[in-house]
Amino acid sequence: MIAETGHYALVLALALALIQSTLPILGARWHDPALMNVARSTALAQLLFVAASFAALVTLHVTSDFSVVNVFENSHSLKPLIYKITGVWGNHEGSMLLWVSILALFGGLVAAFGNNLPLSLRAHVLAVQAWIASAFYLFILITSNPFLRIDNAPIEGRDLNPVLQDIGLAVHPPMLYLGYVGFSISFSFAVAALLEGRIDAAWARWVRPWTLVAWIFLTLGIAMGSYWAYYELGWGGWWFWDPVENASLMPWLAGTALLHSAVVMEKRNALKVWTILLAILTFSLSLLGTFLVRSGVLTSVHAFATDPTRGVFILLILCIFIGGSLTLYAWRASALKQGGLFAPISREGALVLNNLFLTTACATVFIGTLYPLALEVLTGDKISVGAPFFNLTFAPLFLPLMIAVPFGPLLAWKRGDLLGAAQRLIAAGIAALVAIAVLWAWTRGGSAFAPLAIGLAVFVIAGALCDLAERTGLFRMPFATAMRRARGLPRSTWGTTFAHAGVGVALIGIVCETTWNSEYIGSMKPDDVAKIAGYELKLDGVTQRQGPNFREMLAQFTVTLDGKPLSAMTPSKRNFPARGSSTTEAALLTRGASQLYISLGDTTADGAIAVRIYHKPLVLLIWWGPVLMAFGGMLSLSDRRLRVGAPKPAKALRGLQAAE
Amino acid sequence: MKPILACILAIAVMMGSSAAYAVQPDEIMSDPAMETRARDLSRELRCMVCQNQSIDDSEAPLARDLRLLVRERIAAGDSDAQVIDFLVARYGEFVLLKPRLKPHTLLLWLLPPLALAGGGFVLWTHGRRRSRSAAAEDQSLPGLTAEEEARLERLTAAEPPADKPA
Repeated sequence: MIAETGHYALVLALALALIQSTLPILGARWHDPALMNVARSTALAQLLFVAASFAALVTLHVTSDFSVVNVFENSHSLKPLIYKITGVWGNHEGSMLLWVSILALFGGLVAAFGNNLPLSLRAHVLAVQAWIASAFYLFILITSNPFLRIDNAPIEGRDLNPVLQDIGLAVHPPMLYLGYVGFSISFSFAVAALLEGRIDAAWARWVRPWTLVAWIFLTLGIAMGSYWAYYELGWGGWWFWDPVENASLMPWLAGTALLHSAVVMEKRNALKVWTILLAILTFSLSLLGTFLVRSGVLTSVHAFATDPTRGVFILLILCIFIGGSLTLYAWRASALKQGGLFAPISREGALVLNNLFLTTACATVFIGTLYPLALEVLTGDKISVGAPFFNLTFAPLFLPLMIAVPFGPLLAWKRGDLLGAAQRLIAAGIAALVAIAVLWAWTRGGSAFAPLAIGLAVFVIAGALCDLAERTGLFRMPFATAMRRARGLPRSTWGTTFAHAGVGVALIGIVCETTWNSEYIGSMKPDDVAKIAGYELKLDGVTQRQGPNFREMLAQFTVTLDGKPLSAMTPSKRNFPARGSSTTEAALLTRGASQLYISLGDTTADGAIAVRIYHKPLVLLIWWGPVLMAFGGMLSLSDRRLRVGAPKPAKALRGLQAAE
Repeated sequence: MKPILACILAIAVMMGSSAAYAVQPDEIMSDPAMETRARDLSRELRCMVCQNQSIDDSEAPLARDLRLLVRERIAAGDSDAQVIDFLVARYGEFVLLKPRLKPHTLLLWLLPPLALAGGGFVLWTHGRRRSRSAAAEDQSLPGLTAEEEARLERLTAAEPPADKPA
């Protein structure tokens, strides 16, 4: 009954989405406010029905109703409750339902909080949102119905992939989807602007908070996934340049560019046409990511779905939306009026440079990910494009961008003073040089790359602080005045500082981890001692334990530093009988931002156990950086100027424009 | 990332291996310099049954065979380039995670720099065109008449300072 209700609710959501796709547009054509307002109520009702459908699937999983195929294939009655819930989106059908639920959530949010939007714009935005929703409801109902029943209900389920039975599954996919799908709002706004043929700075002001929300979630989602892979997979890698990771990185790069170009559009009414294109591209890349992961096109074990009908269906969705929106863009973009002028050396110019590098980086990831597929389809040649390619092409694009980052906020709008900005960055430059010199002396002529890269990261962090010091008048004015000015600064300025500093922090982590990572691989018996980076790790013994749905082998280690006992570490290996598979659970010991990492391998006949130990200096900075970036994003989001939305042009504002 | 985790698990299940990880203790060469070379080479080589994993990271038995093969060649005195050539001759270009620059990979290697240069060029010409047309527009605008000048004077003088938008 619950399954049928969930299924029916999804069908009703589709019906509502179809109404929402058409009536509001007609309403806008005929200038009929009643019809335009249909969008609002249908969006809210749609959210309600999708939520009911999602709740039904969660209930089925929680109550272990194995008469439903989806539950049977991905759950087990002994599984802890949290994994019964997270298991809902640990499979293809459930994750698609999560996808549309989040889409409906964003649509509902626009409907609920979009009161200050012009009526016709809101109608168009929600209609476009409903086109996307309809396509994906159809996809789920036709090819990936999560509510299918089995004739003879089995007594026990097949259990979830053990690797997915982790708290990471509770956080990572929802975050990632909130990011991916959140960009649909910017997309809908862009298409709505093209349909209406009108776009202004107010448009950018509405779009920016939505883009920012999506970007914050995507940033956290990617970072979270990377940390999950790091501790779960057992070899301490945190980024693999895998097509699926690239699929999430591409929208992030494009979204970051969009965030910056929307600033220019809001503040200076320039870069309109480009911002629209970026909004379309960002969500197109999200769709592409969904296609890559969900269709099985990567011809691998990778995508859970291997059924070609799904692939073709998503490809169709992809072609219609990307092709359609780009055609609309080509047709209507020229009608949009170009905005304010600016000199190459200006805040706008810096943001254009940012966009150039970010989109090129995005294009690099795009071609590296899709080239092997295209080549195989066209010529049959099989090549691989992996980490060495991306490291070689991505780094040269990102490093110059990092040099430019501190300059951006210090340049004035319209026409900036590069020399003046450089003078104000002298302190940051000195800090960077000192860092390089100290590291150079410390590593004594090792690779020059690491000190230089860390120097660059220090420059970015110190540059962000310089900007702040400049704005508050710190060191130039009495301390109390500076503090008062700091409080008076717009929150978005603080946001910029944190986000830019976060980039530098992540870079330090990446460079330290890759350069000074030390590793011990060996077979250990009880009472053996492994030495790594000054630490001594003694294997005390190995014990067995029974978990809820697994058996576990634990190895006890005692860690000592300079003869003093520091802590115990217990890495383990888990065996899940339901799937006959096992996972390694690494043990992590955090010291400051550095970590010791132990993972276990096989036991040999003579009782020794294969052990892999790493010391990863400052590795946590890799994830603190994105957390700082996301925090900066949240600060910006809390800025009053964004919260109040776009006010109607007031008299004072018109006066200002006339004066320019 | 979730799908990757699933992939790796799936591989482990497919191969019937019990989550043995990458490089194992018994594979390590006695000469540390040679071992370092072997590790560096391993990171450039693909485990062909995996999705974009290097043999250094992969736990598939094939990856282990390849790691042992690389070490065998190094022990036999091959240079890095010779080891790579040997593997390419045996398994094809598919084994390289960094494709060689050849006619069929030309586009792959050239696109990033071309995109950057092309983007820069478009921006440059676009900026020039716009500033030129703006300058032309400026000249084509007639100057203010004396009457307008006077009115402007009146308006700016009349505006109380407190009303100025910040």
